Amino acid sequence: MDTIAIKAENFSHFFGQCQTLKNINLEVQRNEILGIIGPSGSGKSTFLRSLNRLNDLIPYSRVEGSLTIDDKNIYAAGTSITELRRKLGIVFATPVPLPRSIYENIIFGPKMAGVRDKKTLDKLVRQSLEDTAIWEEVKDRLHTSALKLSGGQQQRLCIARILALKPDFILLDEPCSGLDPISTMKIEESLRMLKKHYTIIIVTNNTKQAARVADRTAFFLNGELIEIGLTEKIFTVPKEQRTNDYISGRFG
Amino acid sequence: MFTNPRIEQKIILGILWTFTAITVFILLFIIFYILQKGLPVISYKFLLTNPIDMGKSGGIFSTIIGTITLTFGALLIATPLGVGTAIYLTEYTRENKFTRIVKFGSECLAGIPSIIFGLFGFILFVIKLQFGWSILSGSLTLSFMILPTIIRTSEEAIKSVPYIHREVSYSLGTTKWQTVTRVVLPSALPGIMTGIILSIGRSVGETAAVIFTAGSALRIPTSLFSSSRTMAVHFYILAREGISMPNAYGTAAVLVITILIINIAAYLLMNRFIKKYS
Repeated sequence: MDTIAIKAENFSHFFGQCQTLKNINLEVQRNEILGIIGPSGSGKSTFLRSLNRLNDLIPYSRVEGSLTIDDKNIYAAGTSITELRRKLGIVFATPVPLPRSIYENIIFGPKMAGVRDKKTLDKLVRQSLEDTAIWEEVKDRLHTSALKLSGGQQQRLCIARILALKPDFILLDEPCSGLDPISTMKIEESLRMLKKHYTIIIVTNNTKQAARVADRTAFFLNGELIEIGLTEKIFTVPKEQRTNDYISGRFG
Repeated sequence: MFTNPRIEQKIILGILWTFTAITVFILLFIIFYILQKGLPVISYKFLLTNPIDMGKSGGIFSTIIGTITLTFGALLIATPLGVGTAIYLTEYTRENKFTRIVKFGSECLAGIPSIIFGLFGFILFVIKLQFGWSILSGSLTLSFMILPTIIRTSEEAIKSVPYIHREVSYSLGTTKWQTVTRVVLPSALPGIMTGIILSIGRSVGETAAVIFTAGSALRIPTSLFSSSRTMAVHFYILAREGISMPNAYGTAAVLVITILIINIAAYLLMNRFIKKYS
C-alpha cells in the first residue's frame, strides 16, 4: 500500500463568506501519529472535520481544492459519506457516550452498518475495549449506562466505539481537554499502541501532548498551515518564527 | 414600601404560599366533590352493564368502550402525523418562511374552541364525506384537535436532544434516518409521551367536538361507522337533560379516576424510562 494515506492539495474551506482553511497542502503517512497544534480559531478542528465530512452537517459549508484519502477524492460526487465516516472515526473534545449501555454504545456503529450476529458483536465489544485498555475496568458492567463512567473512561469508551467500526484512521479533536493528567496519560498510552494498526491525527491545544505522542506535528494559524515536520524538529528547531513563538508560549 | 427586607421576604413568601394553597385546594375540592357524589354509585355492575332507559338506570359500559375507541382512534391518526411533522420541522428543514407558517398555523389550531372543531367535523366528515355520526368522524375530528399539542411537545422534545448526539451518530457512519430513529427519537420519547398523554386527557374529557361527530348512540360500537357515546358526552346528556344526577356523578367519577390513572401511569412509565439510562 502507498505510504501516503491522506493528501490535501490547495484545500480550502468556507463557512459562507468566511474562509476557515486557506490552501492547505499536506500529506499524512500511514501508521503515523500526526499532531496538529495551533491557537483556537486556527482551523485545526475544521481541517479534522473536513476529513470525514462532518462539516457537511453545518449549513453554508463548502470546500475548494482536493482532499484525497487512499487515492480517492472524498469530495467527489458519488462518495459514500457513511462509509467514509466509518473509515475515519472521530473522537470529540468532550466524551459523548450516547444515553445507553456501554455495550450498546460500542455496537451502535456496527449495528447501523448492518452487523446483526450476536457473537460477532460480542467479539467486537471485547476487542475494542481491550484495545483501549478499559476492558478490565468495565467487563462486569457492560450493560449498565455508559453515562455512569468517569470522564477518562468515557473518552476511552468513545475511542473503543470507533474501533468497533474497524476504521483505518482515528481522528481526535482535543481528546484530553477535559481530563485529568492520569486519564490523559492512559489515553496517550492507548494511542501509542493503536499506532501499529491505525493512522492517527490528533488535534490538541496542549502543545506538550503533541510533543509527547506525535511522530510529526503540523502548526496551523489563521486557517493556514504554517509548518509541518518531524515533532522533534518542530519543537527544537522550527523553520518559522511564528511556530517558535507559539510553542514557546509567546502568543496563542 | 417595605423598609425591612426580612419582612418583605416573609410577606412575599406568604402570598406565594397562599396562591399555591388555593390552587391545590381547588383541585382537591373538585376531585373530592365528584368522588363523594359519584363513588357510591360505582360498582362492578355500574361499570360493566350498558345504560338502560337512556341512562336512568343501568351502567356505563358502552360509554367506556366508546371513550376508549374514540381516544385510541384519535391517537392512531394524530401521533404519526404530529410526530412526523415535528421530525420534519426540526430535522429535515431549516427555519424558513414555510416552517414559520406551519408553526403559526398549528398554534392557531391549538387556540380554536373545540365546538368549532365539532362543527367542522360535522360538516366535513359527517355530512360531506358521509361518514355519518361515527367513530371514524369522531376520531378524525379529535385527532385534528390534539394535533397541535402533539406537534408542539414533540418539537420541543426533539429540539432538546443535544446536537452533539446527532454529530456522534453521524460520525459513526449513520444515515439521517438512522440518526433520527435510533438516537434522536429515543431521547425525545419522554417528551413526546408527555404530549401524547396530555392529548389522551383532552380526548377523554372532550364533549363538544365529539357530540357533533360521533353522536350519542348508547349501543356498543361494532364498526368504524357506528355512532358512539363517550363518558363525557354521557355525563353531559344525563346532567343537562336531568335524566339521572346520581348516574351523572358516577360517570364523572369514573372519568376523573381514569384521567388520574392515565397521568400516574404515564408518570411512572417516564420515570422508569429516564432511570434506565441516566
